[in-house]
Amino acid sequence: MIFSDPEIWAATLSMAVPLALPAIGGTFSERTGVVNIAMEGIMLIGAFFAVAFSYWTGSAWLGLLAALICGGLTAAALAWGAIRVSADQTVLGMGINIFAAGLTTFLLNTLFGFNGTPISTPKLPNISIPGLDNIPYIGVIFQNQSILVYIMIVLVIVSHWFLFHTRLGLRMRSVGEHPLAADTLGINVWRIRYFGVILSGLFSALGGAYLSIGVLNGFTANMTNGRGYIALAAMIFGKWTPLGSFGAALIFGFSTALGIVLQGQGISSNLLQMIPYALTILALAGLVGRAVAPAADGIPYDPRRS
Amino acid sequence: MEIVDLKKWFPGVKANDGVNLTLRGGEVHAILGENGAGKSTLMKMIYGLLEPTSGEIRFMGKAVHFRSPREAIHAGIGMVHQHFMLIPALTVAENVVLGDEPGRIKFDRKEAQKRVRELSEKYRLAIDPSAKVADLSVGLQQRVEILKAFYRKAKLIILDEPTALLTPQETRELFSIIRGLKAEGVPVLFISHKLDEVLEISDRVTVMRAGKTVETVETKGATPQTLANLMVGREVVLRVEKSDAHPGEPILQVHDLHVRDFGRMERVKGVNLELRRGEILGLAGIDGNGQFELADAIAGLLKPEQGQIIFDGDDITRWSPAERTERGIAYVPQDRQLDGLVLSFNLVENTILRDFRKRPFAKNGVIDRTAATNYTERLIREFDVRPPDASRKASELSGGNQQKVILAREVSRDPLMLIAAQPTRGLDVGAIEGIHRQLVRLRDEGKGVLLVSLELEEILSLSDRIAVIHDGRIVDIVPGAQATREQIGLLMTGSRGHSEVSMS
Ligand SMILES: Nc1ncnc2c1ncn2[C@@H]1O[C@H](COP(=O)(O)OP(=O)(O)OP(=O)(O)O)[C@@H](O)[C@H]1O
Ligand SMILES: [Mg+2]
Repeated sequence: MIFSDPEIWAATLSMAVPLALPAIGGTFSERTGVVNIAMEGIMLIGAFFAVAFSYWTGSAWLGLLAALICGGLTAAALAWGAIRVSADQTVLGMGINIFAAGLTTFLLNTLFGFNGTPISTPKLPNISIPGLDNIPYIGVIFQNQSILVYIMIVLVIVSHWFLFHTRLGLRMRSVGEHPLAADTLGINVWRIRYFGVILSGLFSALGGAYLSIGVLNGFTANMTNGRGYIALAAMIFGKWTPLGSFGAALIFGFSTALGIVLQGQGISSNLLQMIPYALTILALAGLVGRAVAPAADGIPYDPRRS
Repeated sequence: MEIVDLKKWFPGVKANDGVNLTLRGGEVHAILGENGAGKSTLMKMIYGLLEPTSGEIRFMGKAVHFRSPREAIHAGIGMVHQHFMLIPALTVAENVVLGDEPGRIKFDRKEAQKRVRELSEKYRLAIDPSAKVADLSVGLQQRVEILKAFYRKAKLIILDEPTALLTPQETRELFSIIRGLKAEGVPVLFISHKLDEVLEISDRVTVMRAGKTVETVETKGATPQTLANLMVGREVVLRVEKSDAHPGEPILQVHDLHVRDFGRMERVKGVNLELRRGEILGLAGIDGNGQFELADAIAGLLKPEQGQIIFDGDDITRWSPAERTERGIAYVPQDRQLDGLVLSFNLVENTILRDFRKRPFAKNGVIDRTAATNYTERLIREFDVRPPDASRKASELSGGNQQKVILAREVSRDPLMLIAAQPTRGLDVGAIEGIHRQLVRLRDEGKGVLLVSLELEEILSLSDRIAVIHDGRIVDIVPGAQATREQIGLLMTGSRGHSEVSMS
């Protein structure tokens, strides 16, 4: 039976990383009231600059840092447009996605030529936690996983605690629900929104870097392959919570892993790839527990208007 | 606090145009003024939500320029807003402490709940700190708003129409809190349209008219009539003048109606009711006893679980709201901002909301702007909507004027029956006078009027018959002429008392 094979669970976990991280990022952004559909683009930017700087500096860690900086900057641009200019957030997000796809492909070709990024690019280490790998079954799942898998697990827990158990988290949620009320209590709505959106950029860039210097050590055009959108689905399916996003990412990751295992066994992997979207539609329709977006999600805040 | 020649001009409106006010320590200072006189605008400037165009605000001897509520709160100003500033998805405790939460990085939820519990005990405003605000009745939400101001230990408290949604009992509790504040030397700015409340609680009254402060008078020595006249600038009729009713055929019959609200709670539990042409039937009851769900069900906004609604001979139980509108039902819903208006639409679009598909407002599916605008301008004149500008967005109108627009739209469609839920909530005496006259006029034209109100005085002065609802059931129906405050008040608590059952 395939389910008893720990390999499929190891693959599930690995597939979940580039979904869970941007999904949690999106959660932070939308919890403060800014719709973020730019995860796909920010992931691409993260993935590209991670490889580029990893190659130029010879250090995957510096590559990761560069990815975070570039992802954060892109998100800051989105935040500026959404908050300061009150531009339509969906249009802005789509714009960033298209821009990022073009920019990274262009830079790939001009900087690295048609051979793609060099195979000598360093990647982040894979590790096994001593002690953990001695446990039967579980040990196999965690054996030789990218260090980002562990970082993700820590981030999931910290994010959930942060959003629901800290003062700043409470303020973020209040701003996403009713910014005017938060404003009348002396909370700086715009600053909190900038923070939420930039945080989402950092998480998305981390997810992108996982693909390019975590799993592989190279960048190919459009390598995120729609994961940013599946992350969007994971965020919704996870009801705009970090733990929920992670859970959804695991389910979606599993369906991808299953698709790979079942390849050539009569079940079309295309069908399995539909699972995330089908589940999200069901969640939005209220069939798998109702998913309710933050009340002020996507609405620019301008105190002078009310 | 001292306010000197304060002005706030919006494009096209001088919302405040020369406000002068002195607030002494430990006094309750009431602000009276018609809808749109600029009361809320003044309060928002004091609270840093709006920036004055010119003029000065002095607080504790210093000129202050609050650029945000943050700064006003910091200076010690607390405000209870006319439209609640609560976050439904959060708990009571979270709403109260937000912006000044206990804990360093971690939010200390236990401490927050403890503080809110202590506060609620101190001021005797019973509330469950861990309840979600979305699950609370409006009266309880009002408590949360007041607790928010107390939590910040305000040195000056602004109450913008805090009693608009409170039951008489809750209002009395609020007044004892205000007296407590006064004893502590905290001045209170109190806005209300209810003259008896102003007379009871305030020390001085400042009257505003068209953005200007007209006069400040000592409450002692003032009467409802003098205040009303000052406010409106003319002689106001405070009593409703109406002749005897001449009820005709039944226009509405409700049989054994059961209705659940959106939370699937059964709110109406078997109501039988009959409304005749040419009468005003008042539906009295304490908030939360199913009266508004009943109104929604008759208007078609809620689907009944069981029972029958007969309107003018047709069984309309399964009809859509649009079909009911066509048939002649008009509805003034309780929540004007949610169900009554599209706030981001202008007045023209709002007044033709029900009939935009039809002539004269549309020809061949295209809206005729000129016809619609002319119609709207006529209604604005007839109903005295201020400012008289049809191109203004509904959101830019004061609460009272929003209500006038809804009423104008509903009444002017020449309906057979009007359901009016809280039609005068938040309205000034002049406007109330006007709306009451409209209701009586409809009745005299032979229309049926179902008046749902939490305001006992309103029910008593307008209704030809009074139905009292308690816990989703009609307790009794009594003739309006003989009904007394005490009798209806007793029935509202669900006890039949000594009155005879007269289900006629
Ligand atoms: N943001 C705004 N833009 C334009 N006009 C506004 C705005 N806010 C208020 N006004 C106008 O300013 C005037 C004063 O409004 P305000 O809300 O202060 O009245 P109010 O005295 O509180 O009335 P009510 O008793 O009905 O609450 C009104 O004519 C209103 O239409
Ligand atoms: Mg007001």
